[in-house]
Amino acid sequence: MKKRLKDSPFNPQYTLFLGCTVPVRAVNYEISTRKVADRLGVHLSDIPEFCCCGYPIKSVNHYAYLLMASRNLALAEEKGLPLCTLCSACCGALTEANHEIQEDEKLHKRINDDLSQWLGKRYDGGVRVTHFVRVLQQEVGEKRIAAEIQADLSSLHLAPHYGCHYTKPSTLYERVEDPEDPKSLDQLIEASGAKSIPYENKLQCCGGGVLAFDEEVALAMAHSKLEHIRANQADAMVLLCPFCNIMYESNQRKIEKVYRKEYKLPILFYPQVLGLAMGMEPDELGIKMNRVRPTELLKKINPIVAKKS
Amino acid sequence: MIHSKTLDPNFRSLIAQEPGGEHIRRCFSCGTCTAGCPVREVTDRYNPRRIIRMAILGMKKEVLSSQFIWLCSSCYTCFERCPQDVKIPELMNAIKNIAAREGYLPPSMKMQLELLSSFGRLLEVDDYENEKRKELDLPLLQGKTEDVKKILKELGFHREEKIEG
Repeated sequence: MKKRLKDSPFNPQYTLFLGCTVPVRAVNYEISTRKVADRLGVHLSDIPEFCCCGYPIKSVNHYAYLLMASRNLALAEEKGLPLCTLCSACCGALTEANHEIQEDEKLHKRINDDLSQWLGKRYDGGVRVTHFVRVLQQEVGEKRIAAEIQADLSSLHLAPHYGCHYTKPSTLYERVEDPEDPKSLDQLIEASGAKSIPYENKLQCCGGGVLAFDEEVALAMAHSKLEHIRANQADAMVLLCPFCNIMYESNQRKIEKVYRKEYKLPILFYPQVLGLAMGMEPDELGIKMNRVRPTELLKKINPIVAKKS
Repeated sequence: MIHSKTLDPNFRSLIAQEPGGEHIRRCFSCGTCTAGCPVREVTDRYNPRRIIRMAILGMKKEVLSSQFIWLCSSCYTCFERCPQDVKIPELMNAIKNIAAREGYLPPSMKMQLELLSSFGRLLEVDDYENEKRKELDLPLLQGKTEDVKKILKELGFHREEKIEG
């Protein structure tokens, strides 16, 4: 088995799509992603000219959203690599734009007419879009991950948060997993050596989608999940979307204040967990930037002393 | 009390012509959407079944001017569960697109439009961010792009005086 892994060509190459939130409010997610990608042999390149994916404007003008998404996809097409995102909403918005363009020739032509006239660009429609954590699950796989594990995370109890746009709408992602019972993040957590714990209402939305419109409602949604996770005594929540992180980490103090509770629940991006399992230093993974310090959690991690064979 | 005189029977056709609103007529009000809605769980101001019913009845003004259409978090739970494939989050977007055209855009959305127009992103990547990126050995990003402003301008969503004034 090992031999086959070695022989098969493994050279995944992607353009990394950061979106709006990551470079400003989740740099630790970006740092840890690049670090683990590098170690696992996933090559990530960059396009500095990317704009917002278009998702936020979908509710105001559907066509404006399609144009913004197509502009980004056109840039990626020029580079000739598939796109991988860190934000689940970016992944959904860009994938959906691809579907619409591929299914509707007239719409595709209209988009290209406007793109070329207004921005001097064109998009042929052939850029594959995925999420970095999906690349870890599908392309890198548990075996390659297992081969890189250098620290013992077995005493960590981590609560996975899938968020919404990572699995839904399932038709968009060719039903890569059951959106009512997803398992990929649990499996990736277990692959890092940590324990993935169950909790009530695991698939609940973070509320980020209504934060700009009604903060009270958004905080109430995030609060309910923090309660459920606390009930099961997790060492941290693990997630894969920077906007979910805004709800659970950046707004955790605010939620504590509004509901007169204390959580101090560390929130980690999955690549940070994986990096720790690979024996990387917390500083290399941007953990200094995590607002809720995972001090106790880090104390529970031990190096694996002797690795046989 | 609903007065039939105030109803607009064409409202559902208007919605059905909008991208995402095509399946509105399929709704038979089973309430699966509302039962599983995470927003509904924390506030009774949002109720997708009720909104769809109002739209089908033709309560155009009430629907377009209401706050509740903007409370959908787009989690797609109802999208997955709807037995009639009404595609509710997309339907809400279709209604919101009409509301935006008819002048009912909430202030928070206007602000997002202005940010996108000014920076090409919701959050500005300024010199400070790029300086920080340099220190962290991360690739630099283009501070802003005019392309989004151009798109919004061509589609009639950007007014110069509003942004600068």
